Amino acid sequence: MASTQASKRPEPAGRGAISFWRHRGARNIAIQAVFLVAVVAVIAYFYNNMIRGLNELGLTFGYRFLGLEAGFAISEGIAYQPSDSYARALLVGIVNTVKVTLAGIVAASLIGLVVGVASLSSNWLVRSLARVYVEVFRNVPLLLQLLFWYSAVILKLPPVRQSVEVFRSFFLNQRGLYLPRLIAGQGFSSWLWFAGLALVAGVAVYFGVRRRLKRLDRPGFPSLWALGTTLLIAALGWFLVPHPPLDVDPPVLQRFNFTGGMHLSPEFAAILLGLSVYTGAFIAEVVRGGIQAVDRGQSEAALALGLRPWAVMYLVVLPQALRVIVPPVTSQYLNLAKNSSLAVAIGYPELFNVGTTIMNQTGQTLPVFTLIMACYLSLSLITSAFMNWYNRKMRLDER
Amino acid sequence: MNVSQSDDIIICEDVHKWFGDFHVLKGISVRIGRGEKVVICGPSGSGKSTFIRTLNRLEHHQRGRIIVDGIELTDDLKNIEAIRRETGMVFQQFNLFPHLTVLQNITLGPIWVRKMKKSEAAELAMSLLERVGIPEQAHKYPSQLSGGQQQRVAIARALAMQPKIMLFDEPTSALDPEMIKEVLDVMRELAQSGITMLVVTHEMGFAREVADRILFFDQGQIVEEAPPHEFFAAPKHERTKLFLSQILHH
Repeated sequence: MASTQASKRPEPAGRGAISFWRHRGARNIAIQAVFLVAVVAVIAYFYNNMIRGLNELGLTFGYRFLGLEAGFAISEGIAYQPSDSYARALLVGIVNTVKVTLAGIVAASLIGLVVGVASLSSNWLVRSLARVYVEVFRNVPLLLQLLFWYSAVILKLPPVRQSVEVFRSFFLNQRGLYLPRLIAGQGFSSWLWFAGLALVAGVAVYFGVRRRLKRLDRPGFPSLWALGTTLLIAALGWFLVPHPPLDVDPPVLQRFNFTGGMHLSPEFAAILLGLSVYTGAFIAEVVRGGIQAVDRGQSEAALALGLRPWAVMYLVVLPQALRVIVPPVTSQYLNLAKNSSLAVAIGYPELFNVGTTIMNQTGQTLPVFTLIMACYLSLSLITSAFMNWYNRKMRLDER
Repeated sequence: MNVSQSDDIIICEDVHKWFGDFHVLKGISVRIGRGEKVVICGPSGSGKSTFIRTLNRLEHHQRGRIIVDGIELTDDLKNIEAIRRETGMVFQQFNLFPHLTVLQNITLGPIWVRKMKKSEAAELAMSLLERVGIPEQAHKYPSQLSGGQQQRVAIARALAMQPKIMLFDEPTSALDPEMIKEVLDVMRELAQSGITMLVVTHEMGFAREVADRILFFDQGQIVEEAPPHEFFAAPKHERTKLFLSQILHH
């Protein structure tokens, strides 16, 4: 009965009436099922292949080899000896990668910010220099640049005995850069009291200024006041403490080389320079684009209100530019982290470099590869998680 | 800066401006009295927008003198800031700040330039929103408002600085026809308050009704200047006649 009744009505969106392959939902499910089967089949094929290959070589897939003695030397990084395990060697590589990535991100951001703003300068010379910089370093392969910095610049520096000296404490030569290091001095423990006091005062000032601003019902910068107070008291302590709290440990030239101080290897210097100069060029373009994306009318309206140029930048232009800048800068950071693996070409012992050595020694290609990939993946995911958090914080709700 | 001799709030003497080789303003000399309503009209490209923008230094003039409320407009940043504080500006494209709410758009100037308390600024903003007729939109973002509402917010934002002079740069040109009236109504009401107003516009009805004087610009010069009844009834210059015949009978 019901069916005859239904057929009399003009069919609304008859369910049973549509054939299976024309039904949207059904088709979606079918496509996904086919795709899933294909993916599983491909993975199964490669897995089979791998197991067969390993069997032929008499190897088994596993990570037990990580506990074995590495037996090779690593030129720089955290404490390590050839008698340490492969796992330890890999950790040295990871730390070196993280080190160069973090330093690179900071340097590339600074370069990018300065050059990006400079390329919008009204000064012809400044603007042109910025443009040339961007076009040169953006358009030459990174590997080439790394080799250039390493073999054509840094290794061509004078030998140790003719180091380039600055203030008798910075020495630049073909073995890298030697610079003074700060170590705890005689007055350090008494200065710590001041440092603690400075911190407490800083926090107090922060909340005090915030409360005062709230009472005055005015905007302001409590964190700047807090920072200023902390630095001031810490500096005051520096002069009040009878013995200097920090001693300078300068590099000193011995018979063959420098001792003391801090040392950046030529490899580290080259990879850091290469990565930050290269990525900086890209970030500069992003920054320039972001600022230009803010309509000129915005700063005109703000200026017409009588706001000072810094306030126009801080209150009106920057909040709108950052929204455009942050996501592409995140990808540049990720690129930088991944590009650090090119350091293998100049012998900086980062993750990939150490990894390939382990592969060669153990023949455990696949496990090592998966480990390296997992490391880069987690490094990248952590970076993008942080940047996404920052982006959400900066995001402007306009509706 | 000898201004005691006159009660003119804006004095321009032989103002010239070039964009590259293009001579936009060719010797503008005009005096505008305190509380006067002046409408500036003319064909596009005649320099009328550029002229109004030189009055608060959004464009700088290369020759001549501009004195606003007794302060000469020079490269002296302090003078520029002082003049901008006394001068409100309303743009063709509204130029509201999209990342701030309507209320924040209006309070930005009073808080950061006039150093007003946040709550006082908010009160002021609310009273101005009442005045332009949209208090209920205070906590929305500009993109949620219609063009007419956005322009009314822009007027409120300029008024919040309690300026002595209001500059309008084609305030209704970017609006749908049905929203033009709501903006003109606000401007009419404002004209009653005794503030000095300079309005670049093609709204001849508004000019006829509100203006004390009409300046007609052509090719970077003021070719005719007259009270509205004279301007519309008996234009002297051929260019003015042509302009009026085209704009009034289209």
